[in-house]
Amino acid sequence: MTELITLFLMFLPAWAAADNGIDVQEIVEKANRASYYAGKDGRADVTMTIHDGKGGARERAFTILRLNTRGADQKFYVYFKEPADVRKMAYLVWKNANRDDDRWLWLPAMNLVKRIAPGDKRTSFVGSDFVYEDVSGRGTEEDHHVLIKETDTQYHLKSTPKDAGSVEFSYYELWIDKTTHLPRKAEYYDKQGKLYRRVEALKVEQIDDHPTVVESKVSDLVTGGYTINRFTNVSYDNGYNERIFTERFLRRPPREIR
Amino acid sequence: MFTKAAILISITWLSAVTMSWGGEPLHGFLDMRAGIRNQDDPQQKDSPLTEARLQLDWNRLGKHIEWQVRADLLADDVVDQDDLDLDRGTGYLDLREANMLFSPAPWADVKAGRQILTWGTGDLLFINDLFPKDWQSFFSGRDEEYLKAPSDAVFISLFPAFANIDIAYTPRFDSDRHISGERFSYWNPLTGGSSGRDAVIDPIHPDGDEISLRLSKNIAGYETAAYVHDGFWKSPAGFDGATGRATFPALRSYGASLRGPLGKGLLHAEAGYYSSRDDGNGDNPLVPNDETRLLIGYEREIAKELTATVQYYLERLNQYNDYLSTLPEGMPARDENRDLITLRLTKTAMSQNLTLSLFTFFGRTDKDGYMRPSIRYKLTDNWLITAGGNIFWGDEPHTFFGQFEDASNTYAGARYSF
Repeated sequence: MTELITLFLMFLPAWAAADNGIDVQEIVEKANRASYYAGKDGRADVTMTIHDGKGGARERAFTILRLNTRGADQKFYVYFKEPADVRKMAYLVWKNANRDDDRWLWLPAMNLVKRIAPGDKRTSFVGSDFVYEDVSGRGTEEDHHVLIKETDTQYHLKSTPKDAGSVEFSYYELWIDKTTHLPRKAEYYDKQGKLYRRVEALKVEQIDDHPTVVESKVSDLVTGGYTINRFTNVSYDNGYNERIFTERFLRRPPREIR
Repeated sequence: MFTKAAILISITWLSAVTMSWGGEPLHGFLDMRAGIRNQDDPQQKDSPLTEARLQLDWNRLGKHIEWQVRADLLADDVVDQDDLDLDRGTGYLDLREANMLFSPAPWADVKAGRQILTWGTGDLLFINDLFPKDWQSFFSGRDEEYLKAPSDAVFISLFPAFANIDIAYTPRFDSDRHISGERFSYWNPLTGGSSGRDAVIDPIHPDGDEISLRLSKNIAGYETAAYVHDGFWKSPAGFDGATGRATFPALRSYGASLRGPLGKGLLHAEAGYYSSRDDGNGDNPLVPNDETRLLIGYEREIAKELTATVQYYLERLNQYNDYLSTLPEGMPARDENRDLITLRLTKTAMSQNLTLSLFTFFGRTDKDGYMRPSIRYKLTDNWLITAGGNIFWGDEPHTFFGQFEDASNTYAGARYSF
């Protein structure tokens, strides 16, 4: 009986979509491509300002390189520039569609390539209000997506995790721009159904034919803290070679990133 | 003396924060820390660590060559600083890096000069990484990065399609910055007791060179490697009867390692065979026997922002019967199999500004141990404060950790990074 209900729930979004001729899964896939896969590769300088909600602020600066490899697989290279105590550290991620990501951190003072154990993807990224999943993307198959509302410019979706125990939210709502396919806002609700977290794309620009979020914000509505990301020197299709994303260049950060 | 050095460091720091050299900005940190022994060691000062350290880091990415210099100016109140020795790291200057890196071909990198060399998979346990370590720093409460001592070497990396090949050539043997009695007392087999500043170890350094090779390949997320090292024991493990001085006997090692995902965590395994070439038969009591070393470890996140790593490590002495039969009378014998278990717990909190860490070595066969608790808090993006301890215990005074029972200490420090 339980299986029957689950089966029914699984097909529910598809039916809902069929009714008005819109495939919700396709909206989500397009949003995912636009947010995380633009071009064959990409580069950006990122400045992150973390506000603790009590007047204090901390800064992070890093450069990020991304390469789309095979299917949904990607490789990321992050090179830290600020603050001073993490300067020159390099972080390499091989994002794997079918298993946990491979992650390495290079600690320059010890010349140590440290492999990082697969972790909770809902953990803070470098102490900010962003979580790892905000940076590298959340699998589109991990949630049930339902279209709540459609306006002239946006799709408004509700996404509920298939495995409720794996995440801290009970569901989130997503507003996706119809022209750019970029998500403009996401709001997360906790297990009690209370809104506690908001992610926003504050500024979008057209760069190399790709609509690009150049300023984003995550707000922790419980603590009042928030983090602002600013992206500069963004470029696509730089022709990066896959060999940049290896231990060789982890130990000697490449010119592309300095 | 200490005051003079401290003033010099402060002035250099004040100017370095805004300084650049050859158009490249200077980075680094000012690190001040002090420790105190938890009990008395009549042969040592009350503090194993009282120092101010200014690190300056300079880097230039040229058209073909990348230049890197990283040096520490040091005011040390525990050991005499008159003797500037860049190998032992004594004196006012500890040169960590001074090297050039270039690619003679698209498939090759060469780094020549003073550099920190690291490989292998162990967490604070080393089998195939036979590059110099600094045990004095490690035990006294300096930052963990100081466990690695610099090498003067040429490091050549080749990247043919089938695997990566690394070759480290050290023209003149670089030993560990080993326990010498100067900062920490040690078990002295000659006296059958503890020796310290009264009997500082003054070993005979071999003239020879060292070469280390690694062949590595990443197979679907699993890092595999094979290693060969031809050189010397890194700490003075031998003894020269004629001069009465400690020696670094010849050592050749062969090994392999593996690291990759397993379940929700990360597995690492490493093995090595140490061929102690000055004592092939195992019957020379003044030179260590051959050993087989094994290590297996597993790391995973056990709760949100809490990671645990557990390791099992084994040192097996080969030709054990020959060892026993030639062991000098009255000298305590080691076990044929010496093993230990380590556990590391790391917890981050407060937006990752607070890090609590506890690393413990449990010597199973030696019935000794070593615990490293530490707390680090980032006050601001520049200021870090830290405190911790090095706690040793053991049933016997001659085991590896047991000999340092009177060296247990507590430290605190602050660091400004720029």
